[in-house]
Amino acid sequence: MDRKNLTLFVVGGLIVALGLAFFVSPFASSSPDGLNKVAIDKGFSDTQKEHALDDGPLAGYAVKGVDDERVSTGIAGAVGVVVTFGLAMVLFALLRTLRSRRASEPSGP
Amino acid sequence: MEPDGDPRAEEGTPLHIPDGFINAGTSLAAGVASAGGVGVCLKKTAVTMEEKQAPLAGLVAAFVFAAQMVNFPVALGTSGHLLGGVLATVLVGPWAGAICVTLVLLVQALFFADGGLSALGLNVLNMALIGGLGGYAVFRTVRAVLPKTRPMVVAASAIAAGVSVVLASIGFFVEYAIGGVGDVSLEAMFAAMVGVHALIGIGEAVITAVTVSAVLAVRPDLVYGARDLLPQLEIRHGQPVGRA
Repeated sequence: MDRKNLTLFVVGGLIVALGLAFFVSPFASSSPDGLNKVAIDKGFSDTQKEHALDDGPLAGYAVKGVDDERVSTGIAGAVGVVVTFGLAMVLFALLRTLRSRRASEPSGP
Repeated sequence: MEPDGDPRAEEGTPLHIPDGFINAGTSLAAGVASAGGVGVCLKKTAVTMEEKQAPLAGLVAAFVFAAQMVNFPVALGTSGHLLGGVLATVLVGPWAGAICVTLVLLVQALFFADGGLSALGLNVLNMALIGGLGGYAVFRTVRAVLPKTRPMVVAASAIAAGVSVVLASIGFFVEYAIGGVGDVSLEAMFAAMVGVHALIGIGEAVITAVTVSAVLAVRPDLVYGARDLLPQLEIRHGQPVGRA
């Protein structure tokens, strides 16, 4: 029961995250953020170097080849949510395995 | 004065420290410090994490990624976005929470070209360790002086969230003071950095409070920072526990 509820909760949360990334983020403010604004105002934004992975298929939160800016941002965001969730699940599962291996040494079922 | 240094500025995205703001030595030092800090977090998480926390931690990382994409306006021509350090640490605990934020920064730097590769250590230091662990310390401190109720957990998370953004911005300032490449007045920069991030901190506080109270309403047992408020199992006179 508890486990089922937890799965439901996580699925519900993921839907919210996907909704934010796909439907809301394309309409986010396009002004420079706090750090960038200070960099521009104080005149140190020009030392910035191009990102080494700027040619990646999702660079700049846009999908290469998708012309509609909002759709492009939305898809990039949704992919990011799925990738982040997947990597986190793998990492935390791995950490749990390490733990249970350590813990299960003296005791059996 | 076009911000043509950054093509992504027009797209309304989180913009972390890029390559070139801070010199290699300082970036490397921050990288070493961050690697050590995250290593401690991984170790602690491996020891303390419970089964139900793993999927929740995955969700928290995904949610922080999504929420970071939603830049909100804070002043004329300036936006801010969630950093998520306090949100993550209050929900899944300090160690797992800092790992969630680190993972988000890693995904952003590798897949989305957001946050320079050489600046990854700086970004992790500011947002996961200073913002996350530091923010969690503020949360615990504020909670200690407030009544032990759920609304106070929400209030403490909001206050800590706001403070954490300012702490993270001070982190950047210190790094820039040590190894900044540009030639700028540090005094003026400090005021500008802290000023704008105090405003962003208000947004961070609101988003964190709304999210924490939503989880508290649905599954209060999943909120790490409110564990002490869960009904405790009673021990009565050492009597053996029989049938239910």
